[in-house]
Order: sequence, then C-alpha cells, then structure tokens
Amino acid sequence: MKFSPTFLATLLVLVPFVGGIALLFVPARQTRFIWIGAIFTGAVEVFLGGVLYALFDGTSHAIQFAHRVEWIPQLGASWFVGIDGISLFLVLLTAFLVFISLIYASCSISQNVKMFALFFLWLEGAMIGAFVALDILLVYIFWEMMLVPMYFLIGVWGGDRRIYATYKFVLYTVVGGLLMLAGILYVVYMHEAQFGVLTTNLLDLYKTQIPVAEGWKNPQLLAFLAFFLAFAIKIPLFPFHTWLPDAHVEAPTVGSVILAGILLKMGAYGLIRFSIPLFPEAAVELSFWLMALGLVGILYGAMVSMVQPDLKKLIAYSSISHMGFVVLGIASLNETAIQGGLYQMLSHGVSTGALFLAVGCIYTRCHTRIIAKLGGLSGAIPLFATFFLILVLSSIGLPGTNGFVGEFLILLGTFQTHKWFAAAAVLGIVLGAVYMLQMFQRVMYGKLQTHGEGGDLNWRERAALGLLVAFVFLMGLYPRPILEKMTASVSHLARHYSDYQLSLYGEDIAK
Amino acid sequence: MPTLIAMGLFLPLLGFLVNGIFCRTLPRKWFGWIGTGSVGLSFLAFGWLTLQLLQMPIPERMFQTSLGQWLSFSAGSPVFWNLRFDPLSATMALVVTGVGFLIHLYSIGYMAEDKGVGRYFAFLNLFTAAMLLLVLADNLLVLFVGWEGVGLCSYLLIGFWWEDEEKAEAGKKAFIVNRIGDAAFLLGLFLIFAQWKTLSISELSPLWQSLTPEIQWGLLSAIALLLFGGAVGKSAQLPLSVWLPDAMAGPTPVSALIHAATMVTAGVYMIVRLNLLYSLVPVVSDAIAGVGVMTALFAATVALTQTDIKRVLAYSTISQLGFMFLAVGSRAYDAAIFHLVTHAFFKALLFLGAGAVIHLLNGEHDLRKMGGMRRQAPLVYWTFLFATLTIIGIPGLSGFFSKDEILWKVLSQGTSFSRLTWLLALIAAALTAVYMIRLFYFVFLGERRRIAHGEAEHALPANMTLPLAVLALLSAFGGILNLPHLFAPESYAERLSHFLSPLIGGEIRVHEAAPLLGEGVAMALASLIAVGLSSAALLLFLKRPDWTTSLAKGLSPIYRLLLNKYWLDELYDWLIVRPYVRFSTSLWQIVDVKGVDGSVNGVAVVARTGSTLLSFVQSGLLQSYALAMLFGGLIFGVFVFLRMLR
Repeated sequence: MKFSPTFLATLLVLVPFVGGIALLFVPARQTRFIWIGAIFTGAVEVFLGGVLYALFDGTSHAIQFAHRVEWIPQLGASWFVGIDGISLFLVLLTAFLVFISLIYASCSISQNVKMFALFFLWLEGAMIGAFVALDILLVYIFWEMMLVPMYFLIGVWGGDRRIYATYKFVLYTVVGGLLMLAGILYVVYMHEAQFGVLTTNLLDLYKTQIPVAEGWKNPQLLAFLAFFLAFAIKIPLFPFHTWLPDAHVEAPTVGSVILAGILLKMGAYGLIRFSIPLFPEAAVELSFWLMALGLVGILYGAMVSMVQPDLKKLIAYSSISHMGFVVLGIASLNETAIQGGLYQMLSHGVSTGALFLAVGCIYTRCHTRIIAKLGGLSGAIPLFATFFLILVLSSIGLPGTNGFVGEFLILLGTFQTHKWFAAAAVLGIVLGAVYMLQMFQRVMYGKLQTHGEGGDLNWRERAALGLLVAFVFLMGLYPRPILEKMTASVSHLARHYSDYQLSLYGEDIAK
Repeated sequence: MPTLIAMGLFLPLLGFLVNGIFCRTLPRKWFGWIGTGSVGLSFLAFGWLTLQLLQMPIPERMFQTSLGQWLSFSAGSPVFWNLRFDPLSATMALVVTGVGFLIHLYSIGYMAEDKGVGRYFAFLNLFTAAMLLLVLADNLLVLFVGWEGVGLCSYLLIGFWWEDEEKAEAGKKAFIVNRIGDAAFLLGLFLIFAQWKTLSISELSPLWQSLTPEIQWGLLSAIALLLFGGAVGKSAQLPLSVWLPDAMAGPTPVSALIHAATMVTAGVYMIVRLNLLYSLVPVVSDAIAGVGVMTALFAATVALTQTDIKRVLAYSTISQLGFMFLAVGSRAYDAAIFHLVTHAFFKALLFLGAGAVIHLLNGEHDLRKMGGMRRQAPLVYWTFLFATLTIIGIPGLSGFFSKDEILWKVLSQGTSFSRLTWLLALIAAALTAVYMIRLFYFVFLGERRRIAHGEAEHALPANMTLPLAVLALLSAFGGILNLPHLFAPESYAERLSHFLSPLIGGEIRVHEAAPLLGEGVAMALASLIAVGLSSAALLLFLKRPDWTTSLAKGLSPIYRLLLNKYWLDELYDWLIVRPYVRFSTSLWQIVDVKGVDGSVNGVAVVARTGSTLLSFVQSGLLQSYALAMLFGGLIFGVFVFLRMLR
C-alpha cells in the first residue's frame, strides 16, 4: 500500500484559485510579473501532478487521496474529492495543458492580462475540481463554474463574431447543465427513498437502484438521457455539436486549446463516471444507439472537416470525429475499448491542443486562418513545419504516435463485441488521412502565398509545441506508464458496471 | 547476436535522427555520408548475422530479440517490440540494406546540388529503418508500424519537392491509397486477435500449422483476404495501383528505393511470411494469383504507350509485382522471394540508370526527346542494357531464372485455372520484351532527338557510376542464388529455396494430372518468346523507327485506352473523389448550417424574446446566463426547502 496523502486532491483544486486570487493584488500594469506568477502557479500544479502520479497506486481501483469535509449536513453534501485511475490522467492532462497554454499565452495575449490570468487559473481550478469531485453537488458546481471563465475568455479575447459564439456556447451548455441538474435531483431523491438518507455523496449514490420499466416511461432511461444530453453537448456528439466550431473559431488560441483539450473530455468523463455506473441497465439498453452516434460523429466529422475553409473549423470538426471514437469505445462497454477511449481522450487532448497552438502560430504570422489564402509555409518556417507535420500525423493516428494507441485499442475492443461498428469506424481512419493531409498540403506546400512575419518559432512557442510533440511520441511508443495506472479502474468498471461500487483506498484492503 | 539485430535496425534510425535534427546545421557533405554509412553498417551487421545463421542447423536458424513491451490488453497476449532474424528476414534485410546502400551512395551524387539534402537523407534513412522494422517484426502490429512507416516515408519523399503542388499531391495520393489498404489490413489484424488472442507471428504459426482448413474456412478466408487488401495497397496491385505511377514525382533514387528494395515488396513479403495461413485457403490464393496476373498484364500493356521514362518503369514495376503475386497465389513462395530479390537488383539499376540519363539531360523525362545516349554515356548504356535484358528474361541472366521459376511452378500446379494464368503471364512477359526494347531504343539508340544536348558522362561522379556497375553485376549473376535443377548439380540448385524452406510450410501440391509441358520445354518456350520478340522489336525500331506511331494510328482506340491508363484515375475521380467532396459539402451546408443551427438559432430567438418579455434583462449574454443560473438555483432551493419541511 502506497502513501496516499488526503490533502493532495484538495490541494490540486485550490492551488489555481489561490494563485489567481494572489494575482489580484498585483497591479494590472505589471504584466511581466503577472505572467510569471501565473506560469509559476501552473508549474506548481504540474509538479503536484507529478507527485500525484508517483504516489498513485495503479494496482488499486479504489479512490485515492480522498478528502472529505462536511459542508451542508442537511443535504448530506460535503467537500468530497478523490482520484482513481479514471480521473488521474485527466487531472494531469489539465495541469499540463494549462501550463503550456500559459507559456504560449504569455507571448500572444497582451490585453487585460491580469483578468486573463485570473480567469485562466479559475478555469483550471474548476476543471480539476470537476474531475476530482466525488460529491454530485460539488460536481455540478464545478461543472457550471467552468462556464463563466470560458465565457469571458471567448467574449473578451475572442474574434469578430464572438458574441454570437458565446451565446451559442452558453445556451447549449446551460440547457445541458439544467437537464443534468434535474437528473441529479432525481437520483438523490431515489437514493433517499431507498436508503432513508439524504446524501449527494457519489459513492453512496452508486448503490441506488434506479427503477427500470418497459417502454419510454422507463425512469432509468429518462434519467440517463438527462445526464447524457449534458455530456453529449460537451463531447460534442452529433447532432449537438454545432456550438463547437463557432466557439473555436472565435476563441483565442489558448481558449481553443483548453476547450478542445479538456472541456470536451468532461462529457466523456461524465459518461464513464456517472452515466454508466449510475444507470447500468439504461447504458446497456442504449449501448447500440450511443455507438451509432459515435460512429456517425466519426464519419460526419471527418467528412465535414474536409470542406472547411477555416483552419480552426477544420480542427474543430476533426475533434468531433476523434471524440466519436471515444464515445464508440466507451459505449461498447468492452474493457479494452473503454481503456482505449480513455487513452484517446488524453492523446486527443495533447494533439488537438497542440494543433490549435499551431494554428495560433500560423495566425500570428499570416493574420489569416483561411486555408485558401495560405500556402507554401514549409519553406518560410521549417521548424514549425516539422512540428506541425508530426501533429498532423498524430491526429491521423500513425503508428508510433499517441493517436494510434487510443484508436487501435478502441477499434480492437469494439471489434470483439461489435464487428460491424469497428469495421465502419476503420473508414474514419482513411477519411482522417484525407482531410488532414489535404489541409497540410494546402497550407504548407506549394508556392508561398502569404509572407509570414516574425520568422520561425520563438522560444516560448518552441517550448510549448516541443513539449507537446515529445508527448506525442512518448505516448505513442511507450504507453505503458499510462495504461498501467488506469487498468485497474477501467477493468473494475468494465466488469462491475452493473453493480458498481467504489471504496476509499485503504478501506478496500481493510475489508 | 540479438543486440546486432537491434543495431542493424537502429543505425538507419540514428542516421535519420542526426540528419533530421541537424539538417540545417551540419556541413552539406556530411549528410550523404552519414546516411549512406549508417545503411552500409547496417548491411554489414545483417550480413554477419546471415553468415552466423548459415552455420546453424537448418531447423534452428533464428535469432530473436525483444525491445520491451508496447501494448497490453485485458484479454490476450501483449504486444512486444520483438524482432526475429530468420532466413526470410535475412533475405529481405540484406536486399533492403544492400540495394538501399547502393541507392544511398548514388544519391550523394544525384542530390549534391539540392538545397534539402539533409532532409532528403534523413527521410531516406527513415524509409530504410521502417522497412527493416517491417521485415524484422515478430508481431503483426509491429509489422504494421513499419507498414505504415514506409507509407509515411513515401509521402515525404514523393512530395519531397513540395513547392510543386503536383508533386505534393502525388505524395498525398500515395499515402491515402495506401491507407485504404492499411484499413483492410487492420481489420484483418482484429479478426486474428478476436480468434486467437495474439498478434505474435511466433505464437500464431504453430496454431495455424495445426489447423484443418475445413473447420473455419470462412474466417480464414476473410482474414487472408483482408490482409491481402493491405498488400494490394502497398504493392500497387489492381485496383489500388494508381499511386505508384505518380510516385515518380519524387527524386529518381527514391523511385528506385520505393520500387525496388522497399515498400512495394512489403505486400509480397507479408504473404510469404504468413504462408501458413495462405496455404490453408486455396480459393483466396487463386484470387491472389488472378489479381497478380491481371495486374501484370494491365501494367505491361500500359507501359507500351507511356512516354515518360520513369512512368514506363513504374508500370513495369507494377507488372513485375503482379508476377510475384501470381507466384504467392500459386503457393510458390520461394519463387516469389527469388523474383523479389532479382527484381530489386534490376529495377534499382533501371531506375538509377534512368536517373543518370535524366541527370545528364538536365531533367528531361520525355522519351521522345531522348536518343543517342549510347555514345554520350557508354557506362550507363551498358549497365542499362544488362538490366533491360534481365527484365526481359534473356536466358542466363537473373531475371530469366526467377521469372521462369514462377512460370514453371504456376504451370506445374496442373489445374485449368493455373494453365490460364500461366498463359496470361506468358503474354505479359512477352509484352515486357516489347516495352523494354521500346524504352531502350528511345533512350540509347537512334538519333539524338534533342537539340540542346546534355552533359557528357564524365559529369557523373564515381558514387553514381559505381552503384550502376555493382547492380549490373548483381542483375547478371543474381540467378546463381536459385538455379533450377535442370541446369545445376544438386548442391548448387535452388539454394535460396533451401535457405527459406524452414519458413515455407505449405507444400506445393503437384496434381496427378501431368503438367501441360515439361520444365525444359516451358523454359525453352519462354526464352524463345523473350529473345524472339525483343529482337523483332529491335529490328523494327532500327528499320522503321516510326512503326510505333503508325501502329498507334492504326489502333487508335486501343492506343488511347492504354495511353490514358484505362482511365482508371479518371474513373476513381468520377466515382469516388468528386461525389465524396460534393456529398461532404452538402452535408455540412444542409445539416450543420441550415439544419441543426437553424433550429438551434430558432430556439435562441425564442429564448431571447422570452427573456425580453420577462424583462429581466434588455439583451446581452451575461444576463441570460445569470438568469439560467438563477433558475437552476431556484429549482434547487425549492427542492431543499421541501426536503427540510418533511
């Protein structure tokens, strides 16, 4: 048994908030100091993440670093956080991507720096909070809390049509959030009816038997759908996806990185953490339809990507395709496929986050993201071209890059139970190569169209992209350190989702 | 020993890293020597390993090494980075690094003036490394890494001169067409894993050996067909042959590497590697033989009419690969590998010779503007002549033995299907003589058809002429590797077949029915056709240089069909590419822009009007969000309140 300090999860949530609040006391003109403070906070978070990884016991599926403090006793609500093999890497991904985004932002954001840093750290705290929270009320609060800074990030630092984009983003997300709240209330109510205790503790709620009935008046099905809609919008699944391209196009570069890299993962995480274990019968019943939606997403995203005139839109639609793979894997309820889905979430976070950074690099040099206006950049910015190519290859899942491992596990796992779904999804791999390589060719090859300013990558861009590229290969060639630590939790879920229980680390051994 | 295998693999990889990372900082001269040296050392390593292998007793001939675990699954064997060095890998690795080394050496001279020389040698090394991984892999998934790796490198090298949009396009086409095959290959892997829970060749072989084909006939056929789908893409067989002719957009030595030593042979290698599986499903084997012979015929006819020197050679590659697939389809696996080896020699020589011609003519590709190179470049002339005679199959040269072994083994199967394929293959071989003589005549003989003559041969540096000479020797005498019983004493005959025999499981079934012709007669017939047709064609060219033009006029519809490569590209464009683009565009416009967004924006309008009506806010977003939060909080508050009342 490993040492599992209880405060670590709490610390991870609080550090960004504390850092953000501390920055409030710095005069707004001291931008250099603000950046240093923000990046330092991000670095502390990455360091804590490293400690978390080192101390995490991959052989156990129990909740580790659990920390619980009574909060609203009347409701049975508490500050209850903890980490298992499913949330571990999403927390690490968040810390890592926020750190890199801050490095990149320090050379691309020049207005309202103080406000930016504050919102960004707030966002980080809320995202990590949503991943580690184990009280369903707390989850909901963090879930909604993410929306506010994201709203400002797009609304203040965004492009020309940012108002429309934020409107759409907020509208979609709020609708989803409200439905989820209704679902939460129902589950809490059912738990009280069955156990006589009012609680929002997720681990207790797992024990609730949500009633099942035939037909459409099936309570479990409806509750599942209420949660699912919130998640489907976040992921985003076809046909709930149209907010995403607009939000991306208008968001500042780092906003896109976080949006694609982490916010989208919330939805898929929600499926694994809430939908499947809370409503197992409904999950099994709807498995086919969820997989079908995932498959449609894969193909639809890939097709529509190909005809996008705007680089950011193209990558946004490619995200829909990639997240389709994630949903396909998770919904198949096969262990290997779920593991692949989780892995794909991480690798998509790295690659797509990096791709958005790369688009940012292009935009700062050429002042356009319209593919038709770009061309021949390979000669002008060769180092960037190399990085960009590697990211494109990772996105199309070339073996040896991170993209392949996730997709392969998903398809292999799905194939064991649903041959035809996997066979159709393989088509997505071909189509992925079509749109990505076509984009790369139009932007990087041919005659130079727009002369870039500022030359090749500066050191901050090099650091940000270089780190991400390193992870592309690391995760592609040596996935073991990651897979090993998530295996116990994933296989526990895959084998016991119908009567899912999670205990706290230490307690499971005592029993 | 095992570390030596890894070294052989990692040396080109190291060369790639050094050249790639320092492609703008090292002195120009270094790139070529780093690239060439790493492959040369790798060749030495594999050569030494092969010598060790030969000293071992036949059943034990194998070295293995593991570079750690890659992936693990909840059920089934994990995937290890395992390498195996057995007679088959040895043959392939020696061809890849040996011919590869000569191509690297040649490139030093060929690419000396190019500004991207560092990048060039980096990619060339990566190509070699990927191909080595492919042939050394003991796990099908690791093989797949090399499989897609060579696809990537072909993309990078075909589109090497990316300023030219057309060349970049050709690279992309190669990658995507390959990917279509790769998707099928991947599905084949899934089926294998679903059935046997492992992808390791060492674990699968004994399982396959003990199988009786009747039991899982459908499954085995499906696996064999799907994997063959991958081979069709990689080895440019019908219907996925379209990428290879365009692949000539890359620098000429790259064409030599892709067409001769690496990449396109991967499909043949894979089927030979899995021959235990393929020999279980005769119907699939027949299908492979059919595809092979049709491709051989298709490409040979197209090669008759093309005017670009590299394009003719590209089609001849497709045609020769068709012969190899005919061989594996006829379960003559050793013959396929034999032809693969000799083809690597003479096709590399043809491409490098063509490169020298193009180099001397300052980049001219058009056959009709060439001519008279015999006097201008005697060394190129003589080596090219050897290669031409070899591919035609003039008796005594290596191509004669390898092609003949295939033809004989096809015929000796004795079924009526095999007789038909044999006949078609014979026609393809006859066409080979005609198109090669045509090419040779246009380039080297006759009058100089170009006003501005290029440089003289002494402009070629030694590092370009030496590979030509070595390859000419190999093409001429490569037949020694596997002489037929008819010509050689027992101890010298079929040495390659003996070397490969521990890995070839499926016995060639010789039917009761006697073959149509004896081996000697068949061989004589083939030689007669080769010699007769090539001399006839040569005579015609010398007597009436414009006979092809008048023939083209006389057979105008057929000529246009062949000139336009059966309109295969146009067909795909019309059937697949355009509809796909059109469908995607309308999907986006109709579903996203009008459909989903239209309705959502409709809802938004309703919501906005609603909120205005409620006069909480006048407009704006923060407020509507706050409103929603308020609603949420309200519902929650009421709920809590009701709970507490109880």
